[in-house]
Amino acid sequence: MIRTLSATLAALAAAALLVAAGPAAAQAKLVPAQSSIAFTSKQLGVPVDGEFKKFDAQVAFDPKNPAAGRLALTVDTASATLGVPEADAELPTPTWFSAARFPQASFQSSAIKALGGGRFEVAGKLTIKGTVRDLVVPVQLTQAGGQSTATGSFAIQRLAFKIGDGEWADTSMVANDVQVRFKLVLTGLAPL
Amino acid sequence: MPVLPVARYTAPAIALHWLLAVAILASMAVGAYMSELPGITPSKLRLYNWHKWAGITILALSLLRLAWRLSHKPPPLPQRIEFAMPRWQLAAYHATHGLMYLLFFAVPLMGWAYSSMAGFPVVWFGVLPLPDFVPVDKELAKLLKPVHGWMAYTLLALVVLHVAAALKHQFVDRDGLLARMRPGRG
Repeated sequence: MIRTLSATLAALAAAALLVAAGPAAAQAKLVPAQSSIAFTSKQLGVPVDGEFKKFDAQVAFDPKNPAAGRLALTVDTASATLGVPEADAELPTPTWFSAARFPQASFQSSAIKALGGGRFEVAGKLTIKGTVRDLVVPVQLTQAGGQSTATGSFAIQRLAFKIGDGEWADTSMVANDVQVRFKLVLTGLAPL
Repeated sequence: MPVLPVARYTAPAIALHWLLAVAILASMAVGAYMSELPGITPSKLRLYNWHKWAGITILALSLLRLAWRLSHKPPPLPQRIEFAMPRWQLAAYHATHGLMYLLFFAVPLMGWAYSSMAGFPVVWFGVLPLPDFVPVDKELAKLLKPVHGWMAYTLLALVVLHVAAALKHQFVDRDGLLARMRPGRG
């Protein structure tokens, strides 16, 4: 009886502690001006850099409890730019990002794993142009001056998402592999 | 008057002259055509890259040609032709050749610089990445883009002058000067 009671009390105390700790982590805030999502494709072997000007991130993440962390990223597909007006006029068309039909691309984490040394592995679903693909992204987290910076890169295959359809599907012209590099600067993240 | 034999350029000089003549004119034609194409299509992108590859090839062959020219003295003008030419024609003859040589290098180098500045490094034949000898500067690239074209048209004007002079020697003066550079055996 007493054993049961103490066990119950212990469980309650643990629950209370969890509640006191609040949600696994407070919402961090993205600092867009210092963040970037860039990509590099290859046209006839020539690396061509581009970036998304507009995106947002919802991050609830405690580096000490990564498994409970959540990360959601949304990217405005119409904000894609190669810095070349002629190319930028093409990117929102149905051939590329089809920005009118699919205004946003997104990434939703499903599992975050610590690898040590501020490195994490974020698994989740990447949705572009209505196509969903599993993605595992290595992320390096550094902290300084109250800001956390998450950086990393990964490769996607553009044709899996029908980015560059029709006459542009020829991978001898534009390579299938596209490198994506991100730098997300966040405030309000718990210390590492 | 019988046409007297003239001393000919060396075979490599003749080969490079005609190869580069064809390459330069073809590259100019592609350049003029592609820059008028609207928007961005795979065929336009392909033309731009072919043009860049051709330009780098022309640059490399011009370097070879210059090295050959500096190490192999071109045949002197036959005395009877030199004496028949007014002084201004001799000056124009040397100036045209000098300026053409200058532009053989300047035009492709300018195109290469423009491409690098615009953020599109040149990858020769899609295989060999070439270094950027100028940093990416898209604003400056916009300003310099027409300069490459103007230089190419200047080269084209000199080519027209060069061909006109050659034809004059052949059909008006009938002095057999063209034999110096005619392909084939003497």
